[in-house]
Amino acid sequence: MTPLNYFVVLSAVLFVIGVAGVLLRRNVIVMFMSIELMLNAVNLAFVAFGRQLGNAEGQVIVFFAITVAAAEAAVGLGIIIAVFRNRMTLNADELKLLRW
Amino acid sequence: MPLWLFAFFAIIAVVSALGVILQRHPVHCLLALALALLDIGALFIGLGAEALGFLQIIIYVGAIMVLFLFVIWLLNLQREGLATERIGLKVIGTLAAAALGAELCALLVHAGPAPAAPLPVDYGSLRSLARLLFANYLVAFEVTSALLLAAMVGAIGLARRIPGTNAVAAPPSDVADRLRSAAG
Repeated sequence: MTPLNYFVVLSAVLFVIGVAGVLLRRNVIVMFMSIELMLNAVNLAFVAFGRQLGNAEGQVIVFFAITVAAAEAAVGLGIIIAVFRNRMTLNADELKLLRW
Repeated sequence: MPLWLFAFFAIIAVVSALGVILQRHPVHCLLALALALLDIGALFIGLGAEALGFLQIIIYVGAIMVLFLFVIWLLNLQREGLATERIGLKVIGTLAAAALGAELCALLVHAGPAPAAPLPVDYGSLRSLARLLFANYLVAFEVTSALLLAAMVGAIGLARRIPGTNAVAAPPSDVADRLRSAAG
């Protein structure tokens, strides 16, 4: 049986990798993927803690997090398409203005 | 979950997560991310949350990743060149991420795990998940359906193309004029 700590450490490592992706990459889509990675790292911690505490509420929270992530992905990708059609770039350094 | 199995999945998760942020072609990043999410689904199953693990694989890997893939194809994204400018910012970013990692490690070293509670017999089954969802969290569940509908309408509205032009829907000109006069 793997101890809880290992799962939490793995979750922390994945979260840090996601943060590094947002900080280091300039492509908006890759930054978005890094955010998904961070979300999943936190989900893993939720499930591991729920397992340790013996109740299924952690899983319910992860269920809602997955649903919200689906909505977030749809809206975020819609915004990315709109930005790309207007600016023809996905480089975060060139997207400074929050308007057309 | 036996330790060797955890180590196997943990190594795959870390390597594929590094692949997400280190590869230069967006499709390669996406495939690495799909592997990482699949792997996290496997870890869910290993933690006894079978229903959630399969939901993760179906929704994340099956739906969200394909949505990303379609967008990358739609925008025809190619391999990025090596970014040689702003090296200083990258160094600072790496240091900041490393600092966050060190902080999390320092916290985790001092935290002792709670004693493991006994698991209910149907832990992680779809039955136990559904019982919570449709009893204790019913309101949140219904609000989620409204959220998904709003996101769907919003995504269609955002990505809509004006007929005959290449631009996406801009606000109507009178709205834009009013915005401009309000801003000026």
